[in-house]
Amino acid sequence: MKIKFQYLILMLALFAAYGCKKDNYDAPTLTLKGRLVYNGEAVNVEYNKVPFELYQPGFGKTGPINGTFAQDGTYSTLLFAGDYKFTIPANQGPFRWKELGPSKRDTLAVKVGANQTLDIDVIPYYMVRNATFTPASGKLTAKFNIEKVITDANAKNIETVFLYINKTQFVSNADNMNISSDPNVPEPAIVAGSSITDLNNVTIIDDLPSITPTQNYVFARVGIKIAGVEDMIFSPLVKVSL
Amino acid sequence: MKKKFLIMIVAGLLVGESCKKDSAFLDIPPKSVLPTELVFSDPALVLSVLGDLYNRVLDFSGLDNGWSSFTDFSEAFPSENGSYFFVQRTGWGFGEWSTWDYGYIRDLNLFLQRANAATKLTEDDKKRFIAEARFLRAQYYFEIVKRMGGVPLITEPMEYDYSGNVTQLQKPRAKESEIYDFVISEAEAIKNDLPTNIDVKSRATKAAALAMEARAALYAGSIAKYGANTPQVSLPGNEVGIPASMADAYYTKALAAAQQIINQQAGAYKLYQVLPDLSDNFAALFLDKSSVNQESIFIEDFKANGGKTHGFTTNNQPFSISDEGLDAGRLNPSLNLVQSFEKLDNTYAPIPTKDGSGDPIYYTNQLDIFAGRDARLAGTVLLPNGLFKGKRTEVYAGYLLGDGSIITSGDATQPKNVPGLGTTQVVGKDGVVSGQEFRTQTGFFIRKYLDPTVGSGRRGRGSDVAFIRYRYGEVLLNAAEAAFELNQPGIALGYINQVRARAGLTTPLAALTFDRIVHERRVELAFEGHTLFDMKRWRIAHLVWDSNKMSVADLVSNIGKATKHNTQPYGLWPYKYYNPSSPNNNKWVFREVLPGPVTGANSFSFGNYYSQIGNDILSANPLIVKQPNQ
Repeated sequence: MKIKFQYLILMLALFAAYGCKKDNYDAPTLTLKGRLVYNGEAVNVEYNKVPFELYQPGFGKTGPINGTFAQDGTYSTLLFAGDYKFTIPANQGPFRWKELGPSKRDTLAVKVGANQTLDIDVIPYYMVRNATFTPASGKLTAKFNIEKVITDANAKNIETVFLYINKTQFVSNADNMNISSDPNVPEPAIVAGSSITDLNNVTIIDDLPSITPTQNYVFARVGIKIAGVEDMIFSPLVKVSL
Repeated sequence: MKKKFLIMIVAGLLVGESCKKDSAFLDIPPKSVLPTELVFSDPALVLSVLGDLYNRVLDFSGLDNGWSSFTDFSEAFPSENGSYFFVQRTGWGFGEWSTWDYGYIRDLNLFLQRANAATKLTEDDKKRFIAEARFLRAQYYFEIVKRMGGVPLITEPMEYDYSGNVTQLQKPRAKESEIYDFVISEAEAIKNDLPTNIDVKSRATKAAALAMEARAALYAGSIAKYGANTPQVSLPGNEVGIPASMADAYYTKALAAAQQIINQQAGAYKLYQVLPDLSDNFAALFLDKSSVNQESIFIEDFKANGGKTHGFTTNNQPFSISDEGLDAGRLNPSLNLVQSFEKLDNTYAPIPTKDGSGDPIYYTNQLDIFAGRDARLAGTVLLPNGLFKGKRTEVYAGYLLGDGSIITSGDATQPKNVPGLGTTQVVGKDGVVSGQEFRTQTGFFIRKYLDPTVGSGRRGRGSDVAFIRYRYGEVLLNAAEAAFELNQPGIALGYINQVRARAGLTTPLAALTFDRIVHERRVELAFEGHTLFDMKRWRIAHLVWDSNKMSVADLVSNIGKATKHNTQPYGLWPYKYYNPSSPNNNKWVFREVLPGPVTGANSFSFGNYYSQIGNDILSANPLIVKQPNQ
């Protein structure tokens, strides 16, 4: 049989013409970002522990877009334009936010039309203020004040205050974010909440563990474990030069 | 003439055949599908349907769920390269352990509907089949409520009418207490329809129903009592959480149900006390499927060469005694568990590796370090130099020289030069080398369920050791706990001391504490799938798995305390001491070591108390409320 090349060329041309049609949506491009704030001040939390949810109603089944706050309380997510509802699941985070009873939180309507910044105003149980970290002869001394923000019927006590130190800027109790939780070095320095007499003058001293390979700085921050609240609240991260 | 004859015949045939009715011609009963009425007319066929439903019973740890279902919670270390995530993760996803098998519930409901409608079964058969299906349904609701809290309670097969409206199929979650009440009331309703034959173990019996009832009531009671300690883990509609006021009623029911078994109202059940060696006796309890075993109540049975076997022995047999070459040694019990077995004088003590002044203690035989402990230790755990299939395991991590240096290698087949001994094997064939899979990395192998039958370790044959779901020993502990919570310490001590005496702890306890009960369940029921649910119902899971890493000092302190944190599985590594000038030459030294792959620490958050309900379920049924803390 003789192959008719003109037909083949025609077919290829048709394929080429129609094959260029897009068959998919663009990826979301609009950034919604912000941070957890109390009176304009960042609320520091543990990395990857405090979740948030975004719902976009009106598209069949409902399901959240999940995310978590970074340790300085920031969040960022890419979205399509549209109307969203933002919420933080109940009992998550060391703060109160739009509470509707013991295990319910309200949502916040967010209209996403362009890149935007949306700070989430929360009321933390406590804030750590004026934290200073002073290294001296193999020890790190942290001095700070604690402000009790919620003092009404919803107030909660301090269970423990921790001083966390790490080689990198990820500092918390989790996994490898705290060098003093290495089994071969002493536990993180703690102060029991009941033994704190003056919230305006709290001191914790911890041994500075040896670091391999050596580096002349560490990162440190103070975390407060609040009784009955899972997530801890932290002081801003500080890089301490040794 | 001949032609005419043929035509006549053909015409005759045509007429004859065409007279058949359409229905007789077209409606042929299918030969590959059994119609419902037929199945429910023959007890053997009904039993085969029921057999499928029995097969689908959900277990947390199960011999056919894979060896790794026994691994988590720092009670054991997974010695397999692909499974180190158990000890490297720092927490569980909220969806972990969830179940939502309403397909199974529908099948059970359909079975009940059809069995109830059956007319050709004898009354006795029918009663027993229905009771068995109700038992399985209650058993699954118990399993689901342990994991998810209150769920929609569906007891009828639901039909969709194709109207486009599904709201009539959407049911809200029942209260957590309502599901427990359902399990308890079902057990009460069916117990007298079930046989009291003690030799029936793989099908439901009266004792199985009562054992389920006792356990369920105990769980509900402890959630009611200890739920007060974690007010965050509850929902306002009580889909999760049980009011504290209901605790005593549940404990009373648990005690009453357990006592019916103990008083032999369901058959002559008793503790397995057959072999003179108490450790062998405890191990044999899980291997013996003959009528001698009067302890097991309800089991998942297996049959070698009969199509239903499991690979537990293949996966976990000691490496040097393996029937299957490189397939061995995955499940390594941790030192955390091993040291929690008491001494025979009822006191807790770490495994003694150092004397009072901090010097190592030298042992002539490896097993000496474990001497004088609860017999269940050697019955549950295959200790270094322990006996399996007539051979002893070879477990050591290297040579310790007089100057304190250690000589070790990456494998038993890689000899090293030991000064004075020449080039020689420096680690045991069964380990210990950190990071070497299929050998022990904690120094221990599992003994519970490990099948000593010839060929049981081969992949082709497999093992047919049964998995015991309910046994008399647990019933005694359930009764003891319920009596303790009801402030009847005399009764509680009577029960718990029976279990302890069987393990060689013959000095009876004089007083009972919550810590003692937690401890007793941990050692008696290790690797039987209770750990997670016990810790959850006592609401101490977030304290025990608190995300803090463990130091050796942590490990050896506070043994026997219920809330002692247990986040990383430690090992106990034996070293051969080589120092010809010392009287301790060739003796054994032990060290507590965290196996190399262990980098994470168990972290149980409030959101883990009840497993997440998937978004597909939530969006399909808007009446379902979310779990707390998620």
